[in-house]
Amino acid sequence: MEVQSIEEKWPLSQTCIFIPSFFLENFSILETHLTWLCICSVFVTAVNLLLYLVVKPNASSKRSSLSYKVTRFLKCCIYFLMSCFFFHVIFVLYGAPLIELVLETFLFAVILSTFTTVPCLCLLGPNIKAWLRVFSRNGVTSIWENSLQITTISSFIGTWLGAFPIPLDWERPWQMAIERKYKMCTSLYVCTRHGASHCPQVWPISCTLGATFGYVAGLVISPLWIYWNRKQLTYKNH
Amino acid sequence: MVPVCWRSRCASGRRSRMQKISVLLFLAWVCFLFYAGIALFTSGFLLTRLELTNHSSCQEPPGPGSLPWGSQGKPGACWMASRFSRLVLVLIDALRFDFAQPQPSHSPGEPPVSLPFLGKLNCLQRILEIQPHHARLYQSKADPPTTTMQRLKALTTGSLPTFIDAGSNFASHAIVEDNLIKQLASAGRRVVFMGDDTWKDLFPGAFSQAFFFPSFNVRDLHTVDNGILEHLYPTMDSGEWDMLIAHFLGVDHCGHKYGPHHPEMAKKLSQMDQVIQGLVERLENDTLLVVIGDHGMTMTGDHGGDSELEISAALFLYSPKALFPGAPPEEPEIVPQISLVPTLALLLGLPIPFGNIGEVMAELFSEVEDSQSHSSALAQASALHLNAQQVSRFLHTYSAAAQDLQVKELHRLQTLFNKASADYQRLLQRPQGPEAALQTVITELQQFLRGVRAMCIQSWARFSLGRMAGGAALMAAACFLCLLVSQWATSPGFCFRPLLTLMACGLAGTIVCAGLLTTTGLKLDPVVLGAMAAAGSLLPFLWKAWAGWGSRRPLVALLPIPGPVLLFLLIRFAAFFSDSFVVAEARATPFLLGSLILLLIAQLHWEGKLLPPKLLTIPRLCFSASTGPPRHNGTHALGLGVGLLLCIRLAGLFHRCPEETPACHSSPWLSPLASMVGGRAKNLWYGACVGALVALLAAVRLWLRRYSNLKSPEPSVLFVRWGLPLMALGTAAYWALASGADEAPPRLRALVAGASVVLPRAVAGLAASGLMLLLWRPVTVLVKATTGAPRTRTVLTPFSGPPTSRADLDYVVPQIYRHMQEEFRGRLERTKSQGPLTVAACHLGSVYSAAMVTALTLLAFPLLLLHAERISLVFLLLFLQSFLLLHLLAAGIPITTPGPFTVPWQAVSAWALMATQTFYSMGHQPVFPAIHWHAAFVGFPEGHGSSTWLPALLVGANTFASHLLFAVGCPLLLLWPFLCENQGPRKRWQPLGRNEAEARVRPEEEEEPLMEMRLRDAPHHFNAALLQLSLKYLFVLGIQILACALAASILRRHLMVWKVFAPKFIFEAMGFIVSSVGLFLGIALVMRVDGAVSSWFRQLVLAQQR
Repeated sequence: MEVQSIEEKWPLSQTCIFIPSFFLENFSILETHLTWLCICSVFVTAVNLLLYLVVKPNASSKRSSLSYKVTRFLKCCIYFLMSCFFFHVIFVLYGAPLIELVLETFLFAVILSTFTTVPCLCLLGPNIKAWLRVFSRNGVTSIWENSLQITTISSFIGTWLGAFPIPLDWERPWQMAIERKYKMCTSLYVCTRHGASHCPQVWPISCTLGATFGYVAGLVISPLWIYWNRKQLTYKNH
Repeated sequence: MVPVCWRSRCASGRRSRMQKISVLLFLAWVCFLFYAGIALFTSGFLLTRLELTNHSSCQEPPGPGSLPWGSQGKPGACWMASRFSRLVLVLIDALRFDFAQPQPSHSPGEPPVSLPFLGKLNCLQRILEIQPHHARLYQSKADPPTTTMQRLKALTTGSLPTFIDAGSNFASHAIVEDNLIKQLASAGRRVVFMGDDTWKDLFPGAFSQAFFFPSFNVRDLHTVDNGILEHLYPTMDSGEWDMLIAHFLGVDHCGHKYGPHHPEMAKKLSQMDQVIQGLVERLENDTLLVVIGDHGMTMTGDHGGDSELEISAALFLYSPKALFPGAPPEEPEIVPQISLVPTLALLLGLPIPFGNIGEVMAELFSEVEDSQSHSSALAQASALHLNAQQVSRFLHTYSAAAQDLQVKELHRLQTLFNKASADYQRLLQRPQGPEAALQTVITELQQFLRGVRAMCIQSWARFSLGRMAGGAALMAAACFLCLLVSQWATSPGFCFRPLLTLMACGLAGTIVCAGLLTTTGLKLDPVVLGAMAAAGSLLPFLWKAWAGWGSRRPLVALLPIPGPVLLFLLIRFAAFFSDSFVVAEARATPFLLGSLILLLIAQLHWEGKLLPPKLLTIPRLCFSASTGPPRHNGTHALGLGVGLLLCIRLAGLFHRCPEETPACHSSPWLSPLASMVGGRAKNLWYGACVGALVALLAAVRLWLRRYSNLKSPEPSVLFVRWGLPLMALGTAAYWALASGADEAPPRLRALVAGASVVLPRAVAGLAASGLMLLLWRPVTVLVKATTGAPRTRTVLTPFSGPPTSRADLDYVVPQIYRHMQEEFRGRLERTKSQGPLTVAACHLGSVYSAAMVTALTLLAFPLLLLHAERISLVFLLLFLQSFLLLHLLAAGIPITTPGPFTVPWQAVSAWALMATQTFYSMGHQPVFPAIHWHAAFVGFPEGHGSSTWLPALLVGANTFASHLLFAVGCPLLLLWPFLCENQGPRKRWQPLGRNEAEARVRPEEEEEPLMEMRLRDAPHHFNAALLQLSLKYLFVLGIQILACALAASILRRHLMVWKVFAPKFIFEAMGFIVSSVGLFLGIALVMRVDGAVSSWFRQLVLAQQR
């Protein structure tokens, strides 16, 4: 029961982190997108670490010497960086521009890593085998891993879905050639007032927003899913 | 080793052949269903019209009989004496009729109507009131499609532009038909244009002076208009013009941006009012002013369709000298928009453009000074008669060139014209005839002209909704049928007979019906007849499906597609309905394909097929998650996936941009090498292309060496060994000549020219002969050894042909025999327990796929030749990525040994997606200007003379190369998992002896990888699987074409329909036809190989029994 109550607080505590970024001056998710990306990823990482330190979901490691901890931490950092580069490569393979907009693509990779790799690192440690186990059928051993599975997969799905608006009309100058105004997309985007030159760069925005929404949705869904399926879940470690 | 149960199969050989024939028949029938649907839809949707390039000329009157009175001898007179020497045409884009309509001074009781667009053109109203004999306002009716380019075409040619104006020139927008601008230019008049730059594309080089402004940005209301205003009055005052055209875009852009109900519209219209006012003040006596809107706009400011608001436009005429005999009517007259063309032509003393079908506005030809109404009417009649003669001449020429006009109606109109013409001639004999006769002639001529217009609209400009719906329904039903029968074919108790009987029933019934219909004398379109036949033959199936639904089939079984693939198919289906996605399909398809590939890997991992089970199970829990050992390890699958993504990304570099996205830059690698300037870069690129060619060749040979036998003496294998390098050599030499033809020394010019004709033909001929050889002897199996009598005679028959082969035989046989003996000795030593060996047949396990790969390579070479040199890299990527995809898919496909065999949906949809992706990466786009026309000149540098089918074939092969290759290669999806079967055992064997591993002969106790012989072991299931595979592929393609058809019909009033949806539909339909033919050929090839294998077994048995 105790764990479940924490589970229910989890999404709340995580969604809180989106609030402080709105107090910044002259801030808009769309126009100062990169700033938002940095803030968001730092906050999510911080909250994840904090939660990990407070809750300690797998307080099993007995060898807790300082050097072990340090190497573990360094390993985690390397894993995080590697996952950022890995995602970057995947995005480029998926069609992201190779040379232009490298910073945008990389920050997108960073935020996706934040949503997926950081929780994995917190929960499972730098242990690829455990990761592979969690993301396979019947590989889950605790509700923590269950929620990790759900949030990670929903982040990926959100990112994937976020790519769909890209071909739509974003009212960029070249799209003016299409004679007709599209009603369905104009509401998505509010840059017409300032003219075309003020349009922020479009590329990673929809994907990062998709990833964020997917992550939040995962945070909301996982406790609900666990609650509804609590009869079927038979973990043997509790 | 000969499989154990071949004897029983020999007996059932005839049944197997029957099954094959029925599979092919059924496939052909399903294709016919789709074709009938496509044809029906097309006949309702795509309105075609032939563009004639004939021109009217002054010297050549439109018909027999004297030219009308007053024209002879006058200077500047052509068919008729000119009444105005100069013309100012003010084209205000989207000037709807009610924008210009005079507002009645409101009576005191009613509240004044104040809409922003009403009553803003005050000067028109004022002129109409003050000078009723000088000006006239009409409500002109534009013909749909109400898009600017189509309207401009209509306003200058006087015809009804449809989507496909089948002219000589697809690649540019320039008008090839006779038109007013062309007539003016050839008469030596100076045409000055200012405004919308669409005119630049339509009339390249026709203007003596032009000020073009970009029509690009719909949000920009003022650039074009202000640009015009800057030049309008100075040009007008300079007097160096005979026709002045000013095309204002502000009103249209205002409509798009704000809609008509916005204060901006009032401002814009007031500005236009001032423009007209200014022009009227500057007009001289010999000048006519025409103010016209090319179309209207809807309540929201859009246009393109055929609603009342869109087609009603204003037309205002003004002349400083009196032009009209009477006062304007209370309610402005309604005239068709194209009436302006013959009217202006005759008023300016020009011949009417050849293809015009408009009717002159007779009112303008009456004599104003002459109060006698008789001569006035006679003038009108003569103008009408000239017009009618011209239209009749056009009809005559058109109906000789095309058959799309109704014959009966044509006859009726012709007799009407003859009668009216005779009446007119009679009138001319008696100049002072009765007034009534004159009026009759005018009425008759008008009837004729209106009849022609109605007939042309009927056949050129009206969607037939019934046909469109029928075609879409037929396609949907055919898709459903594919789904249903592919589902049946996977069930174990499937048999072919009911399929055939149902099909035969349906067809027979339809033929009887058609016979009855024809005997009753009902004349039907062949398209409608075909559709009826298709629908009729579909009925028994639908009935059977309906019957099956209620009784035993659960709903789930009807949706056999797994969830993720269904999602992908749905996304693909939905994407056709958004023009943004159709335009961006070149980027969306690789995205979907990559997602599908990653999903496949993730799914494999999720189901525990990638990792050894001990990694996935938790020691303390010890549940057994995985079923059986993994068939691939994780890194292998991941490597395949990443390799695939890399290939797709690299192929994406060869991307041509759609013209809707000017900011996007097409890949510079799509152009032929000949267009490159730098010598060094050109050489490097040439090296890379030849490298790609060699790599392709080497890869195919490597594959064949590994999976099949390159040592077999079969002719097709010999061809692969020697013919393919020869083809590659020819291709490389052709490229060298083509890219460096200009640099050749003059002495060698003739040689180079000759070689560039001969080389491509030689390569194509080699490929054709290779395919023939393959069809003749598709079994590339080498029989290695015998124990009894020397049966090599049967085996080596391919050598017997020309008499010289006797020597070959004498030379080869002992060698082979010695080799066999050695090998057998070694093997017998190792496997003592083994029974008497009979035959060692090398690579029997890959006969089918070896033949397929050979055929694909042979096909690819001529197609490669049709593309620009650097596309060869894409071909290399194509082979590579399909190889990787097949390997990856094989990991997920279980081998069910006794059958029924299935090909999963994800494999089929990934294959279809890859075909689309390759279409784009070969530098194509589904629009007509993007077609690679130069392909028609490969091997025919001098052109083709009069034949049209050969260039069409070449261009078609260029455009649909990827469709063809992937469709022919489709059976590989079924074969590949069996081919990959030997990878596990092979690894075990390799340490033992690599040279031995080549032979398929194993002791019987050992598990022998039968590979594709498993398919032969169950011929019934093999045929069923082929049927199922092709139906699944047809289904995936079918829903694409269905989506295109539905999108085109639902969005037929969308602005982009002629620019995006209709071309997409045409390309998709052509692609479907090519794919289905390719699929049929691929399946037939597999069956041919199967038959050849059977006869090979039979020969072997006969030899053994002897």
